[in-house]
Parts: sequence; structure tokens; C-alpha cells
Amino acid sequence: MKLSTILATGITLSCLSVNALALTIGFAQVGSESGWRTSFSESVKAEAKKRGIDLKFSDAQQKQENQIKAVRSFIAQGVDAIIIAPVVETGWKPVLREAKRARIPVVIVDRNIQVGDDSLFVTRIASDFSEEGRKAAQWLMDTTQGNCKIVELQGTVGATAAIDRAQGFNDVIGKYPNANIVRSQTGEFTRTKGKEVMESILKAENGGKGVCALWAHNDEMALGGIQAIKEAGLKPGSDILVVSVDGVPDYFKAMADGDANATVELSPHLGGPAFDVIEKYLGGDKNIPKLISTTGDLFTQDTAAAEYQKRRLQ
Amino acid sequence: MSQQPQSLSIVNKVDSPADEALIAARKARYSPGKSTNALGRYLWPVSALVLLLLVNLFMDASFFSISYQDGRLYGSLIDILNRSAPVALLAIGMSVVIATGGIDLSVGAVMAIAGAVCAGMLVGGNYSLFTVICAGLTVGIVAGLVNGGLVSFLGIQPIVATLLLMVAGRGVAQLINQGQIVTFQSDAFAFIGIGAFLGLPFPVWLVLITLLLSQLLLRRTALGLFIEAVGCNASASRYLGINDKGVKLFVYGLTGFCAAIAGMIATADIQGADGNNTGLWLELDAILAVVIGGAALSGGRFSLVLSVVGALIIQTLSTTIILSGLPAKFNLLIKASVVLIVLLLQSDVFRQHAQSVLKGLKGGKA
Amino acid sequence: MQESVLALENISKTFPGVKALQGVQLTLRAGEVHALLGENGAGKSTLVKVMTGAMRKDEGTGRMCFDGKDRDFTSPSEAQKAGISTVYQEVNLLPNLSVAQNLFLGHEPKRFALIQHSRMQQQARELLKQFKLDIDVTAPLNQFSVAVQQLIAIARGVAMKAKVLVLDEPTASLDKDEVETLFGVMEQLKSEGVAIVFISHFLDQVYRISDRITVLRNGQFIGEYITAELPRPKLIEAMLGKELQAMHGQHQPGCADSVDAPALFKMDKVCVKNSIENMDILVPKGQAIGMAGLLGSGRTEVCRAIFGVDSVASGQMQLADAPLKPQSPAEAIKAGVALCPEDRKTDGIIGPLSIRENIALALQARLGWWRYLSKAKQQALADKYIEELQIATPDAEKPIGQLSGGNQQKVILARWLATQPQLLVLDEPTRGIDIGAHAEILNLIKRLCHDGMSLLVTSSELEELVAFANKVVVLRDRRKVSELSGEDMTPQHIMQAIAEA
Ligand SMILES: Nc1ncnc2c1ncn2[C@@H]1O[C@H](COP(=O)(O)OP(=O)(O)OP(=O)(O)O)[C@@H](O)[C@H]1O
Ligand SMILES: [Mg+2]
Repeated sequence: MKLSTILATGITLSCLSVNALALTIGFAQVGSESGWRTSFSESVKAEAKKRGIDLKFSDAQQKQENQIKAVRSFIAQGVDAIIIAPVVETGWKPVLREAKRARIPVVIVDRNIQVGDDSLFVTRIASDFSEEGRKAAQWLMDTTQGNCKIVELQGTVGATAAIDRAQGFNDVIGKYPNANIVRSQTGEFTRTKGKEVMESILKAENGGKGVCALWAHNDEMALGGIQAIKEAGLKPGSDILVVSVDGVPDYFKAMADGDANATVELSPHLGGPAFDVIEKYLGGDKNIPKLISTTGDLFTQDTAAAEYQKRRLQ
Repeated sequence: MSQQPQSLSIVNKVDSPADEALIAARKARYSPGKSTNALGRYLWPVSALVLLLLVNLFMDASFFSISYQDGRLYGSLIDILNRSAPVALLAIGMSVVIATGGIDLSVGAVMAIAGAVCAGMLVGGNYSLFTVICAGLTVGIVAGLVNGGLVSFLGIQPIVATLLLMVAGRGVAQLINQGQIVTFQSDAFAFIGIGAFLGLPFPVWLVLITLLLSQLLLRRTALGLFIEAVGCNASASRYLGINDKGVKLFVYGLTGFCAAIAGMIATADIQGADGNNTGLWLELDAILAVVIGGAALSGGRFSLVLSVVGALIIQTLSTTIILSGLPAKFNLLIKASVVLIVLLLQSDVFRQHAQSVLKGLKGGKA
Repeated sequence: MQESVLALENISKTFPGVKALQGVQLTLRAGEVHALLGENGAGKSTLVKVMTGAMRKDEGTGRMCFDGKDRDFTSPSEAQKAGISTVYQEVNLLPNLSVAQNLFLGHEPKRFALIQHSRMQQQARELLKQFKLDIDVTAPLNQFSVAVQQLIAIARGVAMKAKVLVLDEPTASLDKDEVETLFGVMEQLKSEGVAIVFISHFLDQVYRISDRITVLRNGQFIGEYITAELPRPKLIEAMLGKELQAMHGQHQPGCADSVDAPALFKMDKVCVKNSIENMDILVPKGQAIGMAGLLGSGRTEVCRAIFGVDSVASGQMQLADAPLKPQSPAEAIKAGVALCPEDRKTDGIIGPLSIRENIALALQARLGWWRYLSKAKQQALADKYIEELQIATPDAEKPIGQLSGGNQQKVILARWLATQPQLLVLDEPTRGIDIGAHAEILNLIKRLCHDGMSLLVTSSELEELVAFANKVVVLRDRRKVSELSGEDMTPQHIMQAIAEA
């Protein structure tokens, strides 16, 4: 048993060294439910092309069954490694066991999974949500010198992204005695809800007078909030600063137009780090941490117009 | 129609004073006009709405203040009217579907489809506003007729038939715009969602117009009566010669139409179509609005006005929660509790129990 | 005098707009059949419901003493546990469950908490044998006719082995033979000491089976009598408040009895799948044709075929010289046919809708959705029939489901009269109608055909049929076996024709 394992590894490795260019990697993507998701897929594909990796791409249309089917077919095809961007957290154990038995390393990207057994996957690569919150808060504190009454549009109640972004943001502003969140409500990550909630909050806050900034857990809600601010007769971007997370093209446009101020990009470029890890692992380095975080950069109005052009074309 | 026969009168022949006395004795037992209390249905939903508004007044006196600004009225009350528009529209359609004993789970998805079609046309081509709106409405009506066809002609359970479109509809909405959130620049179309006319937000006008037209269509023709008859007793309606299949087809079509308007409002409001989120879960709010309005899910009597009141209650509640500043994690809990109380107050059984319990308490003290 | 098992005193019940019961009393003794009589809407069913916990009496009124104790039941199941078993007027069984399940619902034979299905079916078969019913007890209830359902409901009531058995119009949809079977069972129970409340509008049956009679009128107690000592005219006077003859007043002209009346409706060798075979029926213009036969003989099926409920497999129908091929009731109605169906509860009333709407609906459906009858017109129509058929109600806005059984029947009748059909098919039109209104409805039928309408009327009451019909068609086993008219048309001859093998 043991011997055969070593032998098999040796064969794989030797194949690799002989023909490193022919690395075949299966990628089980969630689907294309949002603009961010599409950029994510595009970026992985582009990165694979650059590195000469033969990428087998599967779009699960937001269904876990489809993803599991895709992973099984990757295993059957004998790919060198598998990347999964899971739809949901649970239900992965059996198929990951199958991959393990076939000795195919699995890398999880973006959302988390719950399997209880760490050895079933190599690592998870994900954005660090609380770091995003911290970056947004730091920018706001720097811009306002720590003097700010903030309105917060939270993500869906209970979502990890919402909890961690709030956590990171609050950690930073906690250090500034003159900065505080005066109103906080969920906008459920959508533009419609963001607008509706902002509308009411502005009324409750005396028409928005005295509110210095809007902090939204994602760009969609921020865009809704911007419309509400405008309809209330205020100028978003100057009367009320707007900062959020994601970096969708529409938000870059809003920044270019001066309606929004800053966003922390939720980096869709997860392909590069994933391929790095896989190459390292297949190269024999098994010493890989179970969580690798990435954080995108903070963008402001300065580069917004250029970024918008770039992203719109994608 | 041939004329009525002159007289069938054979029974009540008053032949003698004794007969007169008999008839009088019979009539003495009845008090005409007291057998039903038509206004009673309005009592609980309307008082619930008033109560909720008063709670707001208590929290913040400025709640009722309305100002006039840039040609439109501005204030929390106006927001409630404006924000309740999509659910109110859905509830109008849902009322008639529920009246026939059916249900339409797909209205939220139909909103998304109609929104996606309009946004796609606004971005992708040079269509007149009229064409865009007609296309949106047509899509909604067609979706509704598909539901109606499945229910009436293929005899599929309404909950199953409309579940198909509820699930598939969002996929369709995404396909229309390749999975992207499409934003458009069209002040004319945006007017549907954010415009104002005579001071009132345009969505409010759309609700009023739809309510008025539906009311005329249903109550100034026999359609409303047929719908109620089919919902109360489908077999007896067939014996009466009512085309129950046609009636069902019609109600789902009407619901699709209302959903399309709601979808256009939602899309115009944010000037973008989001296949995933437009109208998400609103079908449940619409059903809730109808139930809060006092209708039975088993079918029968319906009241469009009460369903709209139901929608207003739901929206007032949401706005109240936002204004209250309570943490977001309590939203659902508060919403569920208030809805439960409203529904309990409407239940005769509960009220009787409550009364006897209260009496018992008083009796115990005395 | 035997001791009383159940005594009700000074019971009142008020509904919105109606004083249904006003200080009523009732005393039941062990081993007696006690008839509870009164006009439609007198309050009989309401008294039964109050007595058995289905409804609460007005607070602070009256007293009920059962088995020597003061009781006030809050639900039928409580009354049932105490020993009062009831068969309500509207059969309230579960149509989708099997016959056996319906019979034993709530007290199924169990072993180790599991229902023993085979034992239950065995017991069900034995129980139904008492009622001479040999049917598949595993079939769902809704496959059977109203009469069979009625018998099953009674059997369920009997199976409970109660001290008091209440039967609210149990014989309304039964034939003579089944009534006899039921009476056999009742006599058996009586000899076992069970007290039975029996409600019926058939006075013959009342005199045949009951020991005592309590009469209600307008929600009030009129008197308690010993059946043997109460002559029939006195009973009628107690019920109606006047003699029946006085109500007849003038004599109605009968249906034109000419041999050469032109045919309005013709049924020619009509077959319906799994139903009637080779049916020939001819209804001349301005005449009333009666249809007689036992349960399941095909009477209702003929009505359904004419009305387009069941589709005709072969043969032809003609109405007023044009072929009649209705695919649905709507088409039949357009052609000028109306059917007052047998099963009032499922095919007739639209419970939550008002009397006004229930009456207007048939006419409205015929006019189409576009030509709306204004509320005022509906009101006028409803008021007219409430007056003419003496429908007991405070006003036309009362939901029909809250009317007494007989009054519901009158509303259904009114709805079809309002459509002015050429051919009016009545399937058991007098079911549950009191004797006063009964005579009037027979007169009404005569009057209608005198005015030129043609009628096809089904009835289990042969005396009633011969009273107005020009001709009686006798059915057996889904075929026509004989036609009787003139001198031959007597109840005896019809009975013979029905019975002949
Ligand atoms: N649930 C109810 N709500 C309102 N009124 C009712 C209700 N049930 C009965 N009534 C009224 O009470 C009166 C008595 O009705 P009940 O059913 O007791 O008559 P009944 O003697 O059984 O007549 P029938 O011979 O027609 O069955 C009627 O006027 C009826 O309309
Ligand atoms: Mg009755």
C-alpha cells in the first residue's frame, strides 16, 4: 500500500517534471450570478492561459449537485488538481474523499466549506473580510481626521462577509473617540433594499444633516444609498461620503462622477494564488497553511475613471 | 332574455287576518339587514394599520410631517406609500388568484423577468419608451398565462405549477442579460420608479390606477362574482355554467400583469435590473398582505382594497423597524410577531377565547 | 312514564339577524323514537347542534340534563364520549377517505397503537350488512351516491353504541326499501333502550316509527305529543299554524295533457360510458315527465347526460328540433337547459356567498361576464324569490350556507327558475322541503308547464310524481323498463314496474 503510494507519487512527479506545461486543472465555479463572479471566472481563465495550464472550467449554475458532478468528472478524467469555488458550505465530504483516494489535490477558493477533516483539501484561498473592513475604516478616518457620524448599511444578517466587515470596520473606528456609527440596518446586499433603507434612515436623521459618511458592506447597497441621498436633495460624495467594498464597474463610474469616494476591491483575482499553491504542492512542498487570505486594494476617485474604462471592457 | 313570468306567486296568499298574523309572527323572528356585517371585515386590518402608525408617532413626532420639496411630497408617510407599491401591486393580483383557491409563487420571478426585458431593451437598442413598457407588460401577461394554463388546462396544483416559474424565472431573467446586473440611463423609464406626479410618487399612482381598473373590471362586471364562486365551490360553479378554466386563466394573467408593473417599478427605482434580487421573496410578502387583509387561502371572498391595506401594514412595519434603530437581527422577529398579532386579532376563535379568558380573570378578582 | 335520559329546558340561540331558538324544550326517554318536527327554518337542526355541542346556546339561557347530570357540551366529540351520537343534516364525512375509514374515523380498531386495517374493513362490511349495503369498503367515499353516503353516515352513528342517537333528516335521500331497512335498525336499537331523535318532513314515516312528537315553529316550542293520539291534521296545524287546505286556496291548472303536444326534448338510444344504456326519453312541450327508479337506477345519470356533465358516448339528443350535444353545463345552459342537481351540498350551494348572489349566479353565467346584473337587479330578483318561495331569512345578504337545509333547496330552485329555461331538469327537487312548501312546489311545477315550460323531474316519492306528471318513466339498472301514463300512472303500478325482475 505504502509502497504503491510512493510509487504513484513518484510517477506523477516525474510526469510533472517531464511535462510541467501540460498541467491539467479542473475548476468548479459557482455560476455567473453576479458581475464579480464573472470577473473572477475571467481572471482564472486568463491566468491559466498565461501559465499554459489546461483549465477545465465548469459552471454549476448555483447548484451543488452540478458542482459535485463536475468534480467527479474531473476525477474520472484524472486531472492534476481541482479548484472548487463552493456554492454552499456543507455536503462536500464524500466527493472530497473520492478526490483524496484518487490522490488529486483540492484547493477551495472564496466561500468556506465544512468537512471536519482538514486533510481533504490543501488550502482555502479567500478574501479577508475583516481586513476589507479595516481598510475602508482607515481610509475614512484618515479623510475625516477621525470626526465622523457614520451610517452603516449591513449585508444580509448572519452572512460571514457582513459580520467580518462590520467587525474590522468597528475595530478601527473604535480607536477614534469622535467617530461613531449612528444608524445601522441591513440592506441585504441589494441595491433596492439599500436605497429603501437609506431613504428611511435619512428621514430619521433629520434629513441627513450631520451624517458625514455612508459605509456599506457592498457596492450594490452603496449605489442604492447614493440614489437615496440624491433624492433627498443632498450630494453624495461631498455632503455624505460613501465608502464600501467590492469594486464593481458601476461603482467605479459613480466614483468617477464624484458620487462615491472609495471602495476596497474584493479581489476577483484568486486564480493566481490558487495556481501558485497547486504548483508548490505538486512540487513537493506540503507545508501550506490551511487558509490563505487575499485582500484587494482600496480605490478612490483619483483612479476611478481609468479603472472604470478598464473594467467596463472586460 | 325572455321576460320573467308575470307571477309565480303561489305561497304568500294572504287570505285571512289569521294568515296575516302568521306571516307577522314569522317575520318577527328576523331582523333584516343584520345578517352580515359588511364593514366588520375592515375593522381589524385598518385598526392594525392605524395602530402601527401611532406607534411611530409615539417614537418620533416628526413621522407624520410631510413637506413639499422639488415638486414632490417628502416624508416618511410618503415613503411608506411609495415603498409598498410593488407588494401592493402583487397583492392585487394575488388576491384574485387566492380567491379562486390558487396561489402564485412566481410573481417575484416574473418581476425580475419583466425588469430584465425592459432594462435589456433600454440598454441594447433604440426602442421607444412605449415599446419597452408594452414589452414588459406582455412578458408578464404571457408568464401569467403560462401559469394559468398549467393550472386550469393541465390540472397541475397551483403551488407546483407556479413553483416551476418561481425557480426557472430567475434563470430566465439572468439569461436575458447574460447574468449581469444591467444599469441603464433613461430618465423617461426611471420616472416609473422615481418620478412624481401632483406631488405623489409615480409608483403610488400606478397602484391607484391598477386598483381602480381592477376594481372596475372585477366588480362592474360579473368576473369578481365568478371568481368568488369558483373559489368557494368549483363543482357547483361548473353546474352553474361558469367557465372555471377561463376564470382561472384570467386570474393568473392578471397577476402576471400586476407583477410586470411591479417589476418595472423596482427596475426603474434603481435604474438597473438585477435578475437575482429583483422581487426576491416578494411573493411571500404579497401572500402575507392578502392574508392580513383577511382573505382565506382556501379561496372565496376577496377584497382588493383590504389586500392593499395588508401591503401597507407590511411596509409600515418595515419602515418602523428601520426608523426604530433596533439592531437588524431583530427585524424578522419583530415582523413575525406583529403579523402574528394581526392575524390572531382577525381570528374569531382567538377573540372568543381571549374574551372568555379576560372574563375569567375579572371574575376571579371580583 | 319512563325516565328521561336527556332533558333540555328553555334553550335559546341567536344568530346575527335571527332568533333561531327561543326558549325551546325537549325531553327524551330511553327506548323511544322521538320525532322533532317543524317547517323549514323552524330551528330543528339548530336545536340538534346545540344539544350535541356543535354550537353553543346563548349564554345564560336554558339547561341541559343528560343521564341525571347537568351538562353543557362544548364539542361534538365531548357529546359523543358522553353517549350522544349524531348524524347531522349535511353529511360531514371525508370524501377522499375510504368507506371503512369514514366509518371508524377516531375509533379505529387498534392493536399496539397501530390501526388494524383488515379488521376495520371486516367490521365495516358487517356493519353495512345491517343496512343491506354490499359495497367495496376500501373505495373512497366520493364514488358513491348521496343516498349511499347518507346510509354510511347513519351506520357510523349507529356504530358508536350510544345512549342517544340523533338523526337529522336521515331519510331525505333514501328510497322506500332503504327507509324500511333503517327503520328495522332503529327498532332494534329502541329495544336495546336507545333513545332516538328523528327529524323528517315525511309524515308517513313519522307516524310509522315515532312514539312521541315535539313540534317547533318559528324557533319556539309548540308542544309535545304522543304520536298515536295526534291526528294528522292537528299535527299539520301545529307545524304550520294553520290547516294545509287553507293554503291551497285556488286550484292550480294542471299540465296540458294533450297527446299531440310537440316534442321539445328527445333522447334517442343514448349511452354513457359506465352509466346509462339505450335511453329513450321524450319530453313534450309544456309537460312534466317524472322519472322513477331505485337508487343507482340511472336517474341522476340521465340528468347529468342532458346537462353535459357526462359526455354521451352514442345516441342522440334533440332540443327544440336542434341537436343537443353539450360538452359542458355551460353549453347546455346556452341551449336552454337547466338542472337542479341532486347533491345540494357539493354541486348546488356556494356556501359563503349570499342568497342574492346564489340566485343571480345562474342567470349571470348565462348572460356572460360582460353583461353584469347590477346589484339592484340581483336584489330585486332575490327579493322576488324569497317572497314567492317563502325562503326563511332576515334578508338576501345572508350567506346561503347559514340557511336551513330546506331553505337552501329553495334558493337552488329559485336560481334555475330565474334563468327561464326551455327544459328544466329537477333531480329530487323537494328533498328536505317541508310539507307546506312541498305542496306549493308541486303547484309551481304545474304552473310552470302550464306557462309552456317542459320539465323532467326525478323523485323518490311516487305520490308526488303522480300528482303532477303527465307521464312517468321507470328506470332499472340504468335502462328504461317502462313508461306509465293516464290510468296506469299510480304509485302501485310504478312500484311494480320498479320491482319486476
Ligand atoms: N350558522 C348559522 N348562522 C346564521 N344563521 C343560522 C345558522 N344556522 C342556522 N341559522 C338560521 O337559524 C334558523 C333555523 O335553522 P335550522 O337549520 O335549525 O332549521 P331547520 O328546522 O333544521 O330547517 P330545515 O327543515 O330546512 O332543515 C334559520 O333561519 C337559519 O337561517
Ligand atoms: Mg335542518
